[in-house]
Amino acid sequence: MTVHPDVEPGRDFRLSDIWTNERSRSLVIQIVALLVLFLTLAWIVNNTVQNLENLGVETGYGFLEQPASYDINQRLVEYSSRSTHARAALVGFLNTVLVAVTGIIFATLLGFMVGVLRLSNNWLVSRLMTAYVEFTRNVPVLLHILLWYGIVLHVLPHPKEAIEPISGLFLSNRGFYLPRPVFEDFAWVIPASLVATLVGVYLFARHARRVQERTGKIYPVLSMSLAAIIAVPVVAYFAAGSPAHLDWPALKGFNYKGGIALKPEFFALWFALSIYTAAFIAEIVRGGIVAVSHGQTEAAFSLGIKPGWTMRLVVIPQALRVIVPPLISQYLNLTKNSSLAIAVGYMDLTATIGRISLNQTGRALECMSILLTIYLLISLMISAFMNWYNKRIRLVER
Amino acid sequence: MEGRGHIVHEKAQTLPPPVMSVGIARWLKDNLFSSPSNVVLTFVVIYVLWLIVPPFLDWAIFDAVWYATSRAECWDTGDGACWAVVVTRFDQFVYGDYPVSERWRANLAFVLLFVALAPVLFDGIPWRRHLVGFSIAYPVVAYILLIGGFGLPEVETARFGGFLLTIVIGITGISASLPLGILLALGRQSDLFIIRVLCVAFIEFIRGVPLITLLFVASTLLNYFMPPGTSFNLLVRVLIMVTLFSAAYLAEVIRGGLQAMPAGQYEAAKSLGLPYWKTMRLVILPQALKISIPGIVNSFIALYKDTTLVIIIGLLDPLGIGKATLSDTTWQGLSTEVYVFVAIFFFLCCFGMSRYSAWLERRLHTGH
Repeated sequence: MTVHPDVEPGRDFRLSDIWTNERSRSLVIQIVALLVLFLTLAWIVNNTVQNLENLGVETGYGFLEQPASYDINQRLVEYSSRSTHARAALVGFLNTVLVAVTGIIFATLLGFMVGVLRLSNNWLVSRLMTAYVEFTRNVPVLLHILLWYGIVLHVLPHPKEAIEPISGLFLSNRGFYLPRPVFEDFAWVIPASLVATLVGVYLFARHARRVQERTGKIYPVLSMSLAAIIAVPVVAYFAAGSPAHLDWPALKGFNYKGGIALKPEFFALWFALSIYTAAFIAEIVRGGIVAVSHGQTEAAFSLGIKPGWTMRLVVIPQALRVIVPPLISQYLNLTKNSSLAIAVGYMDLTATIGRISLNQTGRALECMSILLTIYLLISLMISAFMNWYNKRIRLVER
Repeated sequence: MEGRGHIVHEKAQTLPPPVMSVGIARWLKDNLFSSPSNVVLTFVVIYVLWLIVPPFLDWAIFDAVWYATSRAECWDTGDGACWAVVVTRFDQFVYGDYPVSERWRANLAFVLLFVALAPVLFDGIPWRRHLVGFSIAYPVVAYILLIGGFGLPEVETARFGGFLLTIVIGITGISASLPLGILLALGRQSDLFIIRVLCVAFIEFIRGVPLITLLFVASTLLNYFMPPGTSFNLLVRVLIMVTLFSAAYLAEVIRGGLQAMPAGQYEAAKSLGLPYWKTMRLVILPQALKISIPGIVNSFIALYKDTTLVIIIGLLDPLGIGKATLSDTTWQGLSTEVYVFVAIFFFLCCFGMSRYSAWLERRLHTGH
């Protein structure tokens, strides 16, 4: 005869036993949770279907093929108002990527500099950096963007009095105009040679490391790689018969024609996002350096390792273990914050598919689902990378 | 026999320490001029500050115009900042479109907010136990005061604006998201598979998308999801979204605290026979929350700053008021003044919060 362990022998089963038994209770809770979830979802879907029927709105993603009929002033690929909504979304996506990547680069440089300077033994410098971090962190990023947008528009001159930092480059309140490379036949040689060089550099660095581990002989890997990365594409460019030329911007009427234009909206957004995120990165960097125990530096010195090498070979690798995970989540934050572009009229993903396309077609469900999916994919990719990195650098303990 | 040395019987005079090792000189040497590169750095910084600070002070204070009726008048009177725009529109920046005759209610709610917060934030104040009762009742009191009821005329939430709106969204979001965040964090650590999956999915979804897309969902999609004919208040929708958003971030912060608890704490509670909720309430959460204070306050600060995003779906927070002011032709072109003013407000609030968290951390520090 089998007796359920939690029920006293000789006692009849009571309904309350379901709740007092841990296993059955957890089962009940989970079933109820699932039921509630499905009922809520069914209710929402039902409501949505009814609402859409009442409004008589068509559904489906077919509208993506229709012409968008709005203009986008900042674009990396060909686009005109006759292009499709899908094309507009692509332009928006590339604009998001542009501001995110350039912002991440500048924020990282500035953040590392500020973070290290905050630890400086020069009182004035460390206080100044603390003030920068506190003032920047405690003000909303949207405010930074609007403030810098106002300042950029105020400070930069009209196109006629444009600043020309280098001959052929024009900076005015209409934007920053750069020459645009125009590629002809055989231009693929240049990127191809670059890729080939990178592969070669990687193989060379691996070989150099093995040789050093085996014999102690050190190759000048860094300088040789840099020289190769610069020289090979240049040689390839001339060898292929200079298959590219530059399209220079020129003042025509009230504005510049030709070249690549980076709009003031882009500048304000890029600068504001960078200095805002840099303040957070500075704190992360400072925390990471402080977290490496002083004994590590002392041990390195007592082995006779030079201060510069101590920093590079002992302190920084250990600090990076602490720095990288929060640093990457700051990169993710910067990317998500770039959706505030809408406040200054920079046409990013949110502004194109999430706002103007949505308003013009009325396809709220479809547009929002595309927008949310793209952002989710970006952040899931970054989290996946972070998990992989965390696993790789985890301290191996016995 | 004559001794070769001699004995000095009076005490040698104490010399003052070298000038460079005490007082200001020592401080300057250690902190500003400790090495050649530091000397250079110090002078570079002083030069940069000298380039930036005096012109900024001239602009912000000495040459500024405080009273004027339009931008043109400002620019005739002085070269500096035109603070007149802020002075003239000050009431709007504070209350938005809240009816003038009812503004005492907002003021009273604001004063009572401090009475309600004091017993929660500080444990040394007198009659704390009684005041906590008031803190719990405060949301109802504030609701009646701000919106109406019990004889007070009703004020539509669409008329809320300015700092009033920021504080309403900020405080509501903060107080609603903390319990929700704790529940989500516990759910994510739960042994119940389905609960755990649901919590992880929710947290990852919310953290994966920007807040403004969620606010767009609130303003465009929420009406589709509700039964036909229902329409509910924009402010309520925003509050729900801001709370959910902040709760997901809080959940991750608190999860960190929960994971830092040694397994011995759970085992000890179990061996005392404490059931799950008592274990959490009496043993785990007090310790886990304590170590997550810095992260929790950072999330609160982030939420408070994020309240500015409501301008994008058309609510008039201080930035919205600022934009409206700037689109008025009398004050056009004064964006720097307006945004600097709003920035000062946010800086004071957020800096205050971070100082409080640092103080609380020191206070609760029971280790060695």
